[in-house]
Amino acid sequence: MLIIPCPYCGERPELEFSYGGQAHIDRPTLPSELSDEAWNSFLYVRANPKGRHAERWRHIHGCARFFNAIRDTRTDHILATYKVGETAPEVPA
Amino acid sequence: MQKFSAFSLLRQGFARQQGWRTQWRKPEPKPAYDAIIVGGGGHGLGAAYYLAKVFGMRNVAVLEKGWIGGGNTGRNTTIIRSNYLFDESAALYDHALKMWEGLSQELNYNVMFSQRGVMMLAHNIHDIQVFKRHIHANRINGVDNEWLTAEEAKAFCPPLNIDPNVRYPVLGAALQRRGGTARHDAIAWGYARGADALGVDIIENCEVTGIRRDAAGAVSGVETTRGFIASQRVGVSAAGHTSVVLDMAHVRLPLESYPLQALVSEPVKPIFPCVVMSNTIHAYMSQSDKGELVIGAGTDVYTSYTQRGGLHIATETLAAICELFPQFRRMRMLRNWGGIVDVTPDRSPIVAKTPVKGLYVNCGWGTGGFKATPGAAHLLAHTIAHDAPHPINAPFTIERFRDGYLIDEAAAAAVAH
Repeated sequence: MLIIPCPYCGERPELEFSYGGQAHIDRPTLPSELSDEAWNSFLYVRANPKGRHAERWRHIHGCARFFNAIRDTRTDHILATYKVGETAPEVPA
Repeated sequence: MQKFSAFSLLRQGFARQQGWRTQWRKPEPKPAYDAIIVGGGGHGLGAAYYLAKVFGMRNVAVLEKGWIGGGNTGRNTTIIRSNYLFDESAALYDHALKMWEGLSQELNYNVMFSQRGVMMLAHNIHDIQVFKRHIHANRINGVDNEWLTAEEAKAFCPPLNIDPNVRYPVLGAALQRRGGTARHDAIAWGYARGADALGVDIIENCEVTGIRRDAAGAVSGVETTRGFIASQRVGVSAAGHTSVVLDMAHVRLPLESYPLQALVSEPVKPIFPCVVMSNTIHAYMSQSDKGELVIGAGTDVYTSYTQRGGLHIATETLAAICELFPQFRRMRMLRNWGGIVDVTPDRSPIVAKTPVKGLYVNCGWGTGGFKATPGAAHLLAHTIAHDAPHPINAPFTIERFRDGYLIDEAAAAAVAH
């Protein structure tokens, strides 16, 4: 089980959180003008990196707020967490 | 190839077992091949076997970054069934199941395919309705599946607890009698031995680090940890690492990789006659020929490449097992492990050409790829040999997501499967 540092509440066990998938995917501003390829990318295609992954978590059994995390998918180490709306922080290698 | 038979066993018995030869070579990679398969699991080795056997392409290599059968082929719970809802899926998985039925004979290698029956438990009204719908759809598609009452389920699997006074009582079950299990290593080894005998080079400890393309954009070979190997046709069958490999050719797929866990108990005498699955409380169990109870747990909620899962996931599954089979409460678990499964948004696989000429992919089998091993291998080989899909895998394209032709087994099963 992961220990996840919620930027609002501090470190809590993974069971208190729900996962929200890849972060920083913007909703299309003009959906009616989107091509099929662009819809495909928005709805289905994900980065799935082996390494650093920016992802959304929600502290559903705590403050209930969404936030973002940088996690290394090779080790599951959480390198940083940050609030929604903030840009991803630089994390040293 | 040294044939296995009762006579060869007897002869080796008199020869003090000293006459057995290694079952496949350890060749150095050649500079070029007619086709390369990336990934030496059951799917990849099988694809090389069928390329050589059925499609006459013998100048083929399988590149494996570790050892053959060391990925998901050796990390799953070996459940085989074909009772999927949609027509496309039923055709695909039943193609594989029919191939399993003759595979030991075909390969002269005992893959220990045992059609002991796969029973899926219903715990609420919704389960009953969904399973009955599956049963009707399966029977229309010529796939066997039947409804059992709780008492009939208990008769088929005596350890099952059908007490109505538990949190998730068993209200009935769907049974596919042709389903069952097989030996995970044997399928990799059997295909490796068969492919090697037909001239296929199986190259272990050879990780693909790049995909080289010519001026027109077509595949011209792969960079590996053992040097460049040329080939006009490359089939990728890399399970959880498919995204990593295809990223080398700048092909992006609708895949996410999750750890999926399994665990086994200490071995006991034969007590468990079939495979039991419960989607609702998320537990899968069978007993191996060695006597271990083989238990499948769920995936972690987050994407990862760590080949291990969270302990709370396994604990939840064991709680379900203890309620369904109270006599197993004092069993000790010996080992648990994880595999990395590549999951598509509709939980159906992709066996198709890619936008890059000469690059083919077999992926997205998610949590249920083992059962499809012979079928997936055959269909990938067909797609590579003809540069066009077989009618069975024609619907399982990458473009189905863009075009809205999902084969939504995710919605049909309501869980990963």
